[in-house]
Amino acid sequence: MSVTYLDAIRAAQEKALQDDPAVFIYGQDVGKFGGAFKATKNLAEKFPGRVIDSPISEDAMVGLAVGAAMEGMRPVVEMQFADFSTVGLNQMLNHAATTYWRTGKPCPMVLRLPSGGTPGSGPFHSQSMEAIYAHYPGLVVMTPATVEDAYSMLLEAIAMPDPVVFCEHKLLYYHLKAKSLPAEAVPAFKAHVARAGRDVTCVAYSAMVHEALAAAEELAGEGYETEVVDLRTVKPMDTDTILASVARTGRLLAVGESWPWGGVSAEVVSRVASEGFELLDAPPRRLNAKDTPIPYHPNLWAAHRPTAVRIAEALREVLRY
Amino acid sequence: MFVGLGKASLKPDQDSMERMSRAMLRARVLEDKLASLYRAGRIVGGVYLGKGQEGLSAAGGVALRKGDVLAPLIRDMAGRLGFGEPLVDAVRAYLGSKLGPMKGRDGNIHRGDLSRGILPMISHLGAMVSATAGVLLAKRMKKEKRFVGLTSAGDGATSTGSFHEGLNVAAVEKLPLVVVVADNGYAYSTPNERQFACTDLLDRAKGYGVEGHGVDGTDPEACWEVVGRAVQRAREGAGPQLVVGRLLRLCGHGEHDDGLYIDKKMRSSDRGRDCMEVLRDKMRSRGLEQDLDRWEKEAQEEVEDAVKNVAEEPLPDPFEEDWRATAMMGASEAVQKG
Ligand SMILES: Cc1ncc(C[n+]2csc(CCOP(=O)(O)OP(=O)(O)O)c2C)c(N)n1
Ligand SMILES: [Mg+2]
Repeated sequence: MSVTYLDAIRAAQEKALQDDPAVFIYGQDVGKFGGAFKATKNLAEKFPGRVIDSPISEDAMVGLAVGAAMEGMRPVVEMQFADFSTVGLNQMLNHAATTYWRTGKPCPMVLRLPSGGTPGSGPFHSQSMEAIYAHYPGLVVMTPATVEDAYSMLLEAIAMPDPVVFCEHKLLYYHLKAKSLPAEAVPAFKAHVARAGRDVTCVAYSAMVHEALAAAEELAGEGYETEVVDLRTVKPMDTDTILASVARTGRLLAVGESWPWGGVSAEVVSRVASEGFELLDAPPRRLNAKDTPIPYHPNLWAAHRPTAVRIAEALREVLRY
Repeated sequence: MFVGLGKASLKPDQDSMERMSRAMLRARVLEDKLASLYRAGRIVGGVYLGKGQEGLSAAGGVALRKGDVLAPLIRDMAGRLGFGEPLVDAVRAYLGSKLGPMKGRDGNIHRGDLSRGILPMISHLGAMVSATAGVLLAKRMKKEKRFVGLTSAGDGATSTGSFHEGLNVAAVEKLPLVVVVADNGYAYSTPNERQFACTDLLDRAKGYGVEGHGVDGTDPEACWEVVGRAVQRAREGAGPQLVVGRLLRLCGHGEHDDGLYIDKKMRSSDRGRDCMEVLRDKMRSRGLEQDLDRWEKEAQEEVEDAVKNVAEEPLPDPFEEDWRATAMMGASEAVQKG
């Protein structure tokens, strides 16, 4: 028996529906059909009336969740693709995110975003939206990289009193496997040292954690030990774990699958530069996708995003300085 | 299915008439006061009034009862008061008192009180339709019975995607949602003909598969009847109701605006009548004008008292503010750092 990243997401939703009558799932095709990626397979049958098909109305889907959350429910909204959540941005950024601040009352809801690139998906089915959501105060933004985290962090997200943007990576859905679901978990707001090393720190999140681990393996063959820090949650960001790692290595590369202008990797570099300047033996660097829309053809796509090969090159440069 | 722009056929009982009148009078008196405070530079932020729209707005407020939900917009002082929002909440918001419902974190027309079923609007027009639908969906899931949600929109707000998505989803879910459109002919300075190409917004009810009701928004009795009926239909399970009231706003978009772009002919037509005058004529014809005078005097005293008291209240203090945008308790230090 093995569990995929997608199985974990489905199982977490099933457990949340089981444990808390306030939880319901809302999204396009999530009901009988089980969702575009089957993340809600069989849940509608098991929980009648609580796994609800929505019209193609991202603004209203999020708006409805905000209202339901204000009324004490815990809606979990599935966007069919993270990219389409742009249509619901207003309700998430201006409504969900401001509710606690404005009213003192919580707005517990989860927005599930099938995120990130896969070959042949192109500009509108590949985006990573975490930086946009993280920029706005009032939201928690999670980017799980492992099967265990997909399960435990989604459960934590649903139980949280705040609106959570849950970025699940589509490339990990089917390929990433674990033996079983975890019995215990690291708290969602702690970053995790996915591989220990003393020569250079590579901070990554979501699918990039696996590229970074592969790059670390390659560098190990060349005699360098890379410490890979998996952010897990990008907002709030666990700066302490990042700084502790840089204190050990003196060198930093921050990797993000998203675009290079601003964003999570820029935030990591900025925090280390301003709060850990003395720890650094080399200029902190970033690696991101190219600054173009995400290409359709796999040949172009593979050159657009950071890969293990490009991460290894960047790490060598940081090490050479 | 459609109720035309007819004359009122159902006469409000005395109690309803009093509730309508008081909500309208308190709103008008308070808003006149706010306008003069604005000119005196005593208001924090902008002032947007519902002058001329009190009848339509009040009709929504008084048709609701405890357990219902109201999502008011910028011209709904009367509806808020009719539904039971304390008048002092408004005064506190406008004068920036720390004791106000939003504690200085948000202002004036955005105030709300979830514990009373009043949603705090966000500025983005159309956004409250789906949020109100969400509250109603939640109430249904919690097995509450015979509740209604009412929200308003302007003619301009009907052009947003958010309005469309919200009303459509409410119709799909057959939620007890009443959307009252105050068609005052203008969105800020933009007239209807630059806003939409349909003849009458009411025609859209059919497209959404909801019941539609038209009303002369300058006639408080007609508003009471038509909005009341829409609320009743929603309560009985007939699904969303779209009410379109035709009227004019008898002021600028906000108090910074003179509203001179409003067509003079329209202004002198029946559509430009002041609903307060219409109310007074009705009350006079029934020999009840003294009642109206008494209620007005009470409203004036209430408003003067509130303004006087609130002026003494503390203002928000940045050093006392905890500057936290999330509700997470026992949050780690990382959380506070953001
Ligand atoms: C989405 C959005 N765009 C623009 C605005 C700025 N704005 C505030 S009120 C207003 C006019 C609204 O007109 P209408 O809906 O007819 O309501 P009325 O002011 O006439 O009551 C505009 C353009 C806004 N609040 N929201
Ligand atoms: Mg208007």
